Amino acid sequence: MLNYILCFILFLIGLYGVLTRKNIIKIIIGLGIMEYSLNLFFILMGYIEGGVIPIVDLSSSQPIKYVDPLPQALVLTSIVIGLATTALLLAIAIKLYKKYKTFDIDKINNLKG
Amino acid sequence: MDSLIPLFVIVPLGIAFLIPLVWKLIPSAFKYLPAAGMLVLVVIAFFMLITNGSETVTYKVGGWEPVKNIPIGIHLVVDGLSMTMLILINLIGFLAGLYSVPYMKKFTGENYYFVLFSLMVAGMNGVVITGDLFNLFVFLEISVISSYALVAFGSSKDELEASFKYQVLGGIASLFILFALAITYWYTSTLNINDISLLLKQAPVSKITIFIQIFFIAGFGLKAALIPFHAWLPDAHSSAPSPVSAMLSGILIKAIGVYVLLRLFFNMFQISLEISVIITTIGVLSMVIGVVLAIGQWDMKRLFAYHSISQMGYVVMAAGIAMIILSKGGDKGIAVLALSGGLFHMFNHSVFKGLLFLNAGSVEYATGTRNLKELGGLSELLPVTSVTSLGASLSISGIPPFNGFFSKLIIIIAAIQGRFYLLALLAVIVSIITLASFMKVQRYAFLDKLKKTRIQNIKEVPFLMCLPMIVLALLCLFMSLMVIPGIRETFLMPAVNSLISLIM
Repeated sequence: MLNYILCFILFLIGLYGVLTRKNIIKIIIGLGIMEYSLNLFFILMGYIEGGVIPIVDLSSSQPIKYVDPLPQALVLTSIVIGLATTALLLAIAIKLYKKYKTFDIDKINNLKG
Repeated sequence: MDSLIPLFVIVPLGIAFLIPLVWKLIPSAFKYLPAAGMLVLVVIAFFMLITNGSETVTYKVGGWEPVKNIPIGIHLVVDGLSMTMLILINLIGFLAGLYSVPYMKKFTGENYYFVLFSLMVAGMNGVVITGDLFNLFVFLEISVISSYALVAFGSSKDELEASFKYQVLGGIASLFILFALAITYWYTSTLNINDISLLLKQAPVSKITIFIQIFFIAGFGLKAALIPFHAWLPDAHSSAPSPVSAMLSGILIKAIGVYVLLRLFFNMFQISLEISVIITTIGVLSMVIGVVLAIGQWDMKRLFAYHSISQMGYVVMAAGIAMIILSKGGDKGIAVLALSGGLFHMFNHSVFKGLLFLNAGSVEYATGTRNLKELGGLSELLPVTSVTSLGASLSISGIPPFNGFFSKLIIIIAAIQGRFYLLALLAVIVSIITLASFMKVQRYAFLDKLKKTRIQNIKEVPFLMCLPMIVLALLCLFMSLMVIPGIRETFLMPAVNSLISLIM
């Protein structure tokens, strides 16, 4: 249970970073922390104490505890998606810096509302 | 029949990757590829809706059959609602694709634009046809990542800022959705929507399901820009190139926001009173606050963007009313009426809001500005744009015989029959304020005297930009036929039945 609570605290740290930081790069890092905490959460769900890798072993006679393989497959997909979003965010951040000469979110305020 | 379903993802995805090749070989043809592909898909979807009706068709990707009644692999599921959504997505995609051909000439990197455009449509088609929660998340990310890039396409100051704001809020929304999805998987050990609904119906409503539903509301509410989560929409939708704004406002917020909310809350979860009240409240807030924020805007596209929030509020409110009635065990007829009004308004909104953004694009294309204070007297110079925008304005403000009137009328009648008198009154008032703000657009942009400074060189936009506007304006008129019994059973009721019938 402690694992899950720590994982949730990591999520909240990321959310706090996104909501309170003024620097664009730090906001992007906050989003990254949130995403990795979720990936960790997925892996924790599939994990069983003493489980082995999910490759069926027909030779052994007694039942074997396997780790749930589906969350691992999902996490791989979600890491790739996270890579795409982070890359696009950083590309936009570089462009923003070229136009505004600052990373401060308070100074980037052409649009209102 | 079921082997046609994957085409809805394969065709736009294939076109997206073909464009760089065609661009090298036949440079004049690549612009028409997305529009051509989507026209084919409209025909297929229309044909499927006529022949299948409200029947549910399932396609098992890779041919994996269920083992011991537990589905494995990804299922693509198409029913009445998905088919109607598919028709709309591909129809608006086709028209916006045609419109983009002359409109995007002034931008560099047109080939990248059409690649992103096709990817966005592929993602939305995928969201609508998938029957698997994680697959839904993947398709959702495909469409929103391409829309982030499309919003920033002009790469000027405003567009970059809007895109950054959209990406941060969209990223948080995606993570909320992923979190809810993780807990759903942990609770039910499956990701198939149909399977989850069977499992959740056996168990009583628990605290965990309420928790999951709150996270789904936050996530998809952010994607659909309902009121507490709306901050990104006016910036993003007004900064994007106009055909993309038409796609974002007309389709994207419905396909990945409201459609998924309706699908999850009517088909997957058991309807509980608390959640229904939350959804109705969000709907009413969006409806009222959206229109109040809209009326003070002077930027044409910003004004339209705020109206998108308000009009989606009608849809969510109608769905919420239906959910409250169902959860209290009230008259199912009224619930069906409210939901059919809401869905009808959603379909209508994608047509007239798409048209309005295309009009704004034409005005910007012809005059170089979209500030209402600098415009005026365009009705003589831009006859097609002005007539079609008049149609769309009457439609959105609910003037008969345009389609918006009938859908709003159905919602209001359902609210009165369900004894939600306050909501019915608010719906009427919001409709009147909408009319006022569109009279402002008509007066300042099209009817006022010409401003001397901008009189030179204004002429009607090219034919390929006029054609989509004319088609959409005619649709605004002819979609009101959907209330007539006979036509209603073919086009509107399959969508409603696919949401309500599973509850019975």
